[in-house]
Amino acid sequence: MASRDSIANTLRVSFMVCLVCAIVVSTAAVSLREAQQQNRLQFRQTNILQVAGIYEPGMDLSAAFERVERRFVEFESGNYVDMPDDYDPVRAARDPEMGRTLERDPAGIRRQPKVGEVFLVRDEADEVSRIILPVHGYGLWSTMYGFLALEPDANTVAGISFYEHGETPGLGGDIEKPRWQQLWEGKRLYDEDGEVAIRVVKGAVPEDAPNREHRVDGLTGATITSEGVSQLVRFWVGERAFGPYLDRVRKENQPDGNSDG
Amino acid sequence: MATAKLKGVLFNPIFNNNPIALQILGICSALAITTTLENTVTMCLAVIFVLTFSNFFVSLIRSHIPTNVRIIVQMTIITSLVIVVDQVLQAYAYEISRQLSVFVGLIITNCIILGRAEAYAMNNSPVASAVDGFGNALGYSIVLLFVGASRELFGSGTLAGIEILRPVAEGGWYEPNGMMLLPPSAFLLIGGFIWLLRAWKPEQIEETPFRIAPNSRPARAY
Repeated sequence: MASRDSIANTLRVSFMVCLVCAIVVSTAAVSLREAQQQNRLQFRQTNILQVAGIYEPGMDLSAAFERVERRFVEFESGNYVDMPDDYDPVRAARDPEMGRTLERDPAGIRRQPKVGEVFLVRDEADEVSRIILPVHGYGLWSTMYGFLALEPDANTVAGISFYEHGETPGLGGDIEKPRWQQLWEGKRLYDEDGEVAIRVVKGAVPEDAPNREHRVDGLTGATITSEGVSQLVRFWVGERAFGPYLDRVRKENQPDGNSDG
Repeated sequence: MATAKLKGVLFNPIFNNNPIALQILGICSALAITTTLENTVTMCLAVIFVLTFSNFFVSLIRSHIPTNVRIIVQMTIITSLVIVVDQVLQAYAYEISRQLSVFVGLIITNCIILGRAEAYAMNNSPVASAVDGFGNALGYSIVLLFVGASRELFGSGTLAGIEILRPVAEGGWYEPNGMMLLPPSAFLLIGGFIWLLRAWKPEQIEETPFRIAPNSRPARAY
């Protein structure tokens, strides 16, 4: 007891406590990692199915997900490329070989991978019914991660959803609410000249606005979050991201109506 | 004698010496995660686990902990337990862990836990400390469940996801009280709980710290 406050004892007790705690924490982290990754994967699949509009609570996820095909797209050319199954665009963006730093960076993502992923949802007739693009960008406080679902014409928005963000609950946080996400349905990304025209405006879009089909109501009290969503959608469907790919899909659609992207 | 004492250690914190209502500790999480009953129950279980075991382990090594680093040793033990809880939630209750998000981690900074470690576990046997931790966590849980149930019932018309009061938006008669879903309502509810508790147990009413002397007149103040 006399030596309880000695330097040697302080070091000894600190070391032992740290050692035991480190073992406990790392054991928990390692032994539960598999279940956690499984959860994250299922959560992502649920979100993809939700934005595609085919999710029902309690459905068999892996069976439903068989109708979803994951393809990889080279941003610059817009062509499909083959990538290993465990390719992760988020990790690739950080890799000096597989990603690049953005100089003009409206979405606030700093680095972008050269190859991205898309999810093609097929209907019963095996035709592509939805094109789903993963999107992300910076809002007011946080990077917002979501999915943008497009009709097979690669122009009309079928849905948008955000599954991870740290925006103010009740204000910017409403980007995850169906009430706001519904406003996106039927909006068009590009104008007649093929330029990106979609935009989130401040306040409500006037009833008689000529470009109504390209405008989405902003969230009240969340101007910066709304602008962030606007910028990130414009970036990801723009020429530096999925623009060339969507362009190609639209061109292939036009002459003979063949929607097989 | 010993069992009678343990009983007091277990039950006193529930109403007689409630950590939230009398000691006014741990208010932060009571505001943040009580919008639905399901989140509240998860949070309560997490705090019961962490507080019981942190008290137990701190008490177990209390005679070896050097005085000058005791707080950091307590914090290390508490933090490790909270990380374990967080990992387990992420593995087995992913949806809830996403909703509780950062607040599971913030159990670390809940004053009740460090407070009990410092005030009780450092001076008492491991079993008594574990019982004390469990009792205090129950006292915390009672208040949280009261707040969580009221907020969900009056804010969304449901209890644990089951519809009780049918809201107007779905063709019912109940107009949900939006304020119940915002943090200030938890203050009002905790205040109401303290009021009810002190009406029942008047000995908890604090003495007024000072009184205006009976013979003073407003004019004297100038």
